[in-house]
Amino acid sequence: MKVPFEKLDKAFENRLRLQIMSVLMVNDRYDFNSLKELLDTTDGNLASHLKGLEKEEYIVVHKAFLGRKPNTTYESTEKGKKAFKQHLDALEQLIKQQKIN
Amino acid sequence: MEEKEIQNELASIRNLMERSSKFISLSGLSGILAGVYALIGAALAYHVIYDHTPVTGRGYVDNGTQSSGLFFGSSYRLLELELIAIAFVVLVLSVVTGIVLSYRKAKRKGQPIWGKTSKSLLFYMATPLFTGGLLILIFIYRGHYSIVAPASLIFYGLSLVGASNFTFTDVKYLGLCDIILGLVTACLPGYGLLFWAIGFGVLHIVYGSIMYLKYDR
Repeated sequence: MKVPFEKLDKAFENRLRLQIMSVLMVNDRYDFNSLKELLDTTDGNLASHLKGLEKEEYIVVHKAFLGRKPNTTYESTEKGKKAFKQHLDALEQLIKQQKIN
Repeated sequence: MEEKEIQNELASIRNLMERSSKFISLSGLSGILAGVYALIGAALAYHVIYDHTPVTGRGYVDNGTQSSGLFFGSSYRLLELELIAIAFVVLVLSVVTGIVLSYRKAKRKGQPIWGKTSKSLLFYMATPLFTGGLLILIFIYRGHYSIVAPASLIFYGLSLVGASNFTFTDVKYLGLCDIILGLVTACLPGYGLLFWAIGFGVLHIVYGSIMYLKYDR
């Protein structure tokens, strides 16, 4: 049985990263606090994975101020969207292959 | 990776995409109740209107205390206030029911009631609704009553179409039906109350039942 594991994106190996990316696929921008609430995670955990995605250039960070409060929002890049789609395709392939075998 | 695991992963992605961009806690039951309130309101309005009409011989004419031209003016002023009061009570009851039931559903689904999606939903709904509401009040003030039924249906329909991007797509079809109904009402003066009862009463009950069967259970 040959499974195309190599096609799966290493950047999405972590579940939270994949979840962040899913949210940014359907929303133009999403802010840190809403993401935290939606994904039910901690500040530190979310921040580190957002950093990871930023390093891959899958997302871009917009820093702004709402009055005096910092308001950080995230947006997915074209590269990120493409990678996400490929990752999903790979997952689909995996399921298909396992069904045949 | 096991197949089950992948399936779970994909299901979680789907779920997140929906939960992050759409307010899926809108309650179907509240739609049904809003329709019922609207029908009761329309029935009350019908009674109020016909109690005020001099031809029926009831109420004001029988009392015979006022017969000058002033009579019509003051009576219609009162009628107007009563109708606005009925409409206002129906509106407040519907909104409160909608908020309470959606709040309960949101809690059950683990979606924040006051989050990013519900804020967008509210904003896109409120813009045409307030525009229409103010426009109608301005026209009532200027004595153009025939605009009330078509304009309230049309603006409500527009607000639903606008809001449908942030919740179930079914809302869009309810909005389109209300817009069409509003335009028909504009062509058929005199049937305003009837169409209003269909648009806000019957359509809400139908739509609410569909939503309830599809998503609430």
